[in-house]
Amino acid sequence: MTDQIAHPEPSRLANIWSGFAHAMKSNPLTAFAMALFLLFVIAAVLGETIAPYDPLASTGATLQPPSWAHPFGTDQLGRDVLSRTIVAARVDFGIAIAAVSISFLLGLGLGAAAGYYGGWTDRIVGRMVDTIMAFPLFVLAMGVVAALGNTVWNIVYATAIINLPFYIRFARAEVNSRRDAGFVEAARLSGNGSVRILAVHLVPNILPPMMVQVSLNLGWAILNAAGLSFIGLGVRPPTPEWGIMVSEGANYIFSGEWWIFFFPGMALVLAVFCFNLLGDGLRDIIDPKGRT
Amino acid sequence: MIKLIAKRFLSALPSLIGVIIVTFVISHSLPGDPAAYFAGPSATAESIAETKARLGLDQPLPVQFVAYVGDLMQGDLGRSFNSGQPVLTDLIRRLPASFELTLYALVFAIVVAVPLGLWAAVNPGSWIDHLCRGTVTAAAAFPSFFTALVLIFVFYYKLGWAPSPIGRLAIYFPLPPTITGFFTIDALIAGDFATARAALGQLILPAISLGLFALAPLARMTRASMIGVLGSDFITTAKAGGLPRRTILWTYGFRNALLPVVNILGMIFSFLLGANVLIEQVFGWPGIGSYAVEAVLTSDYAAIQGFVVMMAILYILLNLGVDILNMIVDPRVRYDD
Repeated sequence: MTDQIAHPEPSRLANIWSGFAHAMKSNPLTAFAMALFLLFVIAAVLGETIAPYDPLASTGATLQPPSWAHPFGTDQLGRDVLSRTIVAARVDFGIAIAAVSISFLLGLGLGAAAGYYGGWTDRIVGRMVDTIMAFPLFVLAMGVVAALGNTVWNIVYATAIINLPFYIRFARAEVNSRRDAGFVEAARLSGNGSVRILAVHLVPNILPPMMVQVSLNLGWAILNAAGLSFIGLGVRPPTPEWGIMVSEGANYIFSGEWWIFFFPGMALVLAVFCFNLLGDGLRDIIDPKGRT
Repeated sequence: MIKLIAKRFLSALPSLIGVIIVTFVISHSLPGDPAAYFAGPSATAESIAETKARLGLDQPLPVQFVAYVGDLMQGDLGRSFNSGQPVLTDLIRRLPASFELTLYALVFAIVVAVPLGLWAAVNPGSWIDHLCRGTVTAAAAFPSFFTALVLIFVFYYKLGWAPSPIGRLAIYFPLPPTITGFFTIDALIAGDFATARAALGQLILPAISLGLFALAPLARMTRASMIGVLGSDFITTAKAGGLPRRTILWTYGFRNALLPVVNILGMIFSFLLGANVLIEQVFGWPGIGSYAVEAVLTSDYAAIQGFVVMMAILYILLNLGVDILNMIVDPRVRYDD
């Protein structure tokens, strides 16, 4: 299986590529989102290298409005807002990607098992999902961070927990509808064990629709993590992170220094917007009929 | 019907038990020793042990769990460390503020999203449809706390249209006598129109920032459901029968399209209750959300636990209400399993 992923046949790769190119051309919004995504990835990877100033050090001039030297202005400590916004991409994307990866892997495993085996496995997993869904999700995340302790990793776990139900439900439904399909019966008859059928025959089939879910979910994960740090949980100052920067800038609204909260907030908006558009675009490629 | 509702009620019980177990686990894994906390800073090892025994914390966990459930049954959520009051009293005192805000936000979202979704559904593929899609996607990307700050900056600082965005009522207005706990309604009942106006003024910005958040799922659902209904056989029949367009759209289409929309209102409310926490923080709103944030930041464990339990119970009851409403509105809905 891993071999297939690492070395897909050229025709298949070409297929994916032509589908991708077609989607980009037919939907300029998706192309825009892709470009935006690359921009964020560059900011997250290179960070300090491309930031014009040190994101943690004061440039001496505090509360400067946007200018050529400081396109996003400077904050109350004289730090360059542009540099902090760029460097913050790594923290925000890191939290979101780590959280979504955890809930994707865990949700895929639990959901697929529940959908395939049914019975008690299904009942226990189903109860778990119901319990998580019984909380207002942001409130549950707050409670989890409060219980586990106020650290960045616990923000990741909290975000992963509240995302888990969506993946479990999705994987369960997709596996359940295929478990008696012809190709699964064939695999079973030729002597494959349950685990092998799940891993080799079922999971690869539900991966594409799950990727759409992942993309839409990443935006939501970023919103959640930023919301938690906005109320003072998780990431701590002076670490540059969009949620904290917005909350620090909030105090200066009443004296008219809007740029401190505005630019990191817009970065947040664009990041979420970008993931949502990518998710929609991805769905158009994978499931052209699923557009609503 | 009664039997069905009772059945649905019973099916909510496992969730409730799950919620109680989760909050128990959360509250007992909170960092810090609550006994040391309650015994005060000058506590000795003995007085901590004594407090521990008094709070029942020296008992094995299953015993503590039974005691906890017993307390919950009696509505005892413990005592808040910050306010010194019973948590339940605190929460009940602050609940109307949150409810008033959430309700206004919900009304705003419904009033904007439902017509937008319908409009887009009636003209699919038109510029209205694209506008609807664009607005909705953009609104979904804005974090509510950021929207709130932008609105404050524009409407309070720049334009001066909005009142000072702190609290439910400016200090120079008299508090209306408490009847419903909703300032706007209480003031109207008392006949104090100036206060009602002021309370409404304080509500507008937070309600819009909160409501924008719920716009996307509501408008999407309305649009999809209306398109689905308009494509179904009974609409074709109605058209073939020569019924006027108005009757087809409103009596036949809209009323049927509304069912799934009512269905997701429970989920939307959960969204709003969560986002409420952030909005209350921004606007200094004295609701349960800002109470919870303070509790989390100061490790006030009884308050956190009480807040989470109450939110979850409220949410379960709300979903129950939505489901029962659905059963009454739509005779096809049945809960067989």
